[in-house]
Amino acid sequence: MSSYTQKKGFGATVWDYITTVDHKKLAVMYLLAGTLFFAIAGFEALLMRIQLMKPNNDFISAGFFNELLTMHGTTMLFLAATPLLFAFMNMLVPLQIGARDVAFPFLNSLGFWLFFLGALFLHLSFFMGGAPDAGWTSYASLSLYSPGHGIDFYVLGLQISGAGTLISGLNFIVTIITMRAPGMTFMRMPLFTWTALVSSALILFAFPPLTIGLLMMLFDRMFGGNFFDHTMGGNTIIWEHLFWIFGHPEVYILVLPAFGLFSEIIPAFSRKRLFGYSSMVFATILIGFLGFMVWAHHMFTVGLGPTANAIFAVATMAIAVPTGMKVFNWILTIWGGSIKVTTPMLYALGFIPSFVAGGVTGVMQASAPLDYQLHDSYFIVAHFHYVIVGGIVTALFGSAHFYWPIFFNRMLNETLGKITFWVFFIGFHLTFFVQHFLGLMGMPRRVFTYMEGQGWDQFNYISTIGALMMGVGVILMVINCLMSIKGKPAGRDPWGDGRTLEWSIPQPIPFYNFRQTPLVRGLDPWWIEKQEGNKEITFAEPVGDIHMPNNSAIPFVISIGMFIAAFGALYNPDADKPWSIYVLIAGLAITFGAMIFRSVKDDHGFHLHKEEILEIEEHLYGKGGNK
Amino acid sequence: MSSHDTSIVAKSQAQYEYDRHHNAVHMRKQVINFAIMIFFTFIAFAVVAADFSKYLILPLILLLAGVQVVLQLYSFMHLEDKKTHFGGVIGFFMWMGILIAFTFFLAFLTIIWW
Repeated sequence: MSSYTQKKGFGATVWDYITTVDHKKLAVMYLLAGTLFFAIAGFEALLMRIQLMKPNNDFISAGFFNELLTMHGTTMLFLAATPLLFAFMNMLVPLQIGARDVAFPFLNSLGFWLFFLGALFLHLSFFMGGAPDAGWTSYASLSLYSPGHGIDFYVLGLQISGAGTLISGLNFIVTIITMRAPGMTFMRMPLFTWTALVSSALILFAFPPLTIGLLMMLFDRMFGGNFFDHTMGGNTIIWEHLFWIFGHPEVYILVLPAFGLFSEIIPAFSRKRLFGYSSMVFATILIGFLGFMVWAHHMFTVGLGPTANAIFAVATMAIAVPTGMKVFNWILTIWGGSIKVTTPMLYALGFIPSFVAGGVTGVMQASAPLDYQLHDSYFIVAHFHYVIVGGIVTALFGSAHFYWPIFFNRMLNETLGKITFWVFFIGFHLTFFVQHFLGLMGMPRRVFTYMEGQGWDQFNYISTIGALMMGVGVILMVINCLMSIKGKPAGRDPWGDGRTLEWSIPQPIPFYNFRQTPLVRGLDPWWIEKQEGNKEITFAEPVGDIHMPNNSAIPFVISIGMFIAAFGALYNPDADKPWSIYVLIAGLAITFGAMIFRSVKDDHGFHLHKEEILEIEEHLYGKGGNK
Repeated sequence: MSSHDTSIVAKSQAQYEYDRHHNAVHMRKQVINFAIMIFFTFIAFAVVAADFSKYLILPLILLLAGVQVVLQLYSFMHLEDKKTHFGGVIGFFMWMGILIAFTFFLAFLTIIWW
């Protein structure tokens, strides 16, 4: 019996996950970490909604409300939605393009640990003197004057987790461009892989401005730099520009993979190929490009002048065109299909009208004169939650159901899934639909309480009830996931309607993914094989030795070093903490020491021999197994 | 012997010498370019330290910066290497980045004024 087929003890399993470079295990880790932070940020939202349930409420204090709203936004965007989408990208992209891992497995692991430890660092702020409290945008005119270390936690934590995100983005770009199986041309790539590519390119171009902005903020807060201090000749508006140059593409970084996930679910359960595939690809690229040309629409009321406002307003409205193309393509994919309303399809059907509603209010705000009215009101809150919850969260829940068998070789319960959908979906519309009217009635966003008798009481009450329903929905979802542990193995292509390569792999997926590299004979290769009555994908090569990367603890050590150094940097400005400089040096020494060790020591990976492959396959699928 | 078996091929003496020469030429080019860049940086600091007119300093530094960008892209980042796989994709990414960065500069020069 070889070491590949032995059962591992608990300690060995933990060590395996810490050192793993396998994209499938990292995907599971991203899924768990993302769910954890999603739950934390959701709980923060519930606390805020309970506070706003009735006028003049004193459930939580004003200062704590500011911390909650900051951490809710920051966590949901950077530490929940991003890793959850990375979970799907990590799991699916190599499988969809017929690769055995990502291009840089070591960097994949490094990206995860940097993200996770950065996120952990940010969340420790709650227990170490107060969380950041200047909003997720952390505008310099607020954050420079925030007392305590909250903003420093924000700056350092996001810097570290942002580095992880940038590394992962680069990794996906290289993987998708260079590691496609024979026959997998660009225009045969599944749409999720396409959106992962465009989204990674957006990460590549959008994160450096954030890094620079955070670095300037770090200098201002810690070394008395004056980049954003207008009394010293700085300019506070520069932070807003840098933040939104990053911040607007960030929204597309999140929503494009969500579009991609729905572009997989809808054709599968309409039993039809995606309508207008090439126009979908074109629209994805166009949305990605236009996403960089519109950032100032977040700043219409700053006073950029009518010319700038008009240019950015028109550019913003232009984005509705490719997005509309996508919506019509989804509808025309469903049109005339042989439709099966499974849970993922239910989420897709709920997504289309919800997201369109969020898009329509977006075009309303793109009109600069109207934005002067809507700015900083609950209308804005309603708009972006319709986009993010209606677009991204429905995608995550729907594709969790859809891809659960790929992740864990188990199915989620369909009945419970449909109940979850309705509870969550009704709760979502209850919460945010009425917020449009609250905004139009003049309720400002980011307030911790309000006076009675302004006509806001009832809508706020309804909104809180909806938020509680969403909370129940999330709990039901988690219960469903836990129940699946006891479920039966799902096997290969359990929906029966899989179209792309990931469904062609026998379950459980061996760690090298493909015994033989597949030959891709068109768009939706697995569908093509099934149409021709084949039980197996066509292979591009005979069975042979497979080159695989070695596990490594170095990414974890590098990230731990950054984590320690961040504490040193955090406490360095305090006069009473002279030890902080040594913590900073020690942390950086660990990081750079590990990097040097990695550079000096050659690691060429290992070869898995033919005999071992056959032994593993016999162990997984039984004698005579999958031929 | 299947497609994935690792093969070890001994290098002939001629091949070895060719590789050595090839690497030496490339390394020489890298070092020369690196020296040029350091020299440019030195000139940039020197003209500022010498307190020349700003109408001399500004265009000179901008010119040197432009040359450095080209050297960076072509020499250090291997843009001159025409045989690279996916050269078109790399070029597309690069020009896209340049275009996007240009809009940021344009915006910063036109709409941030106070």
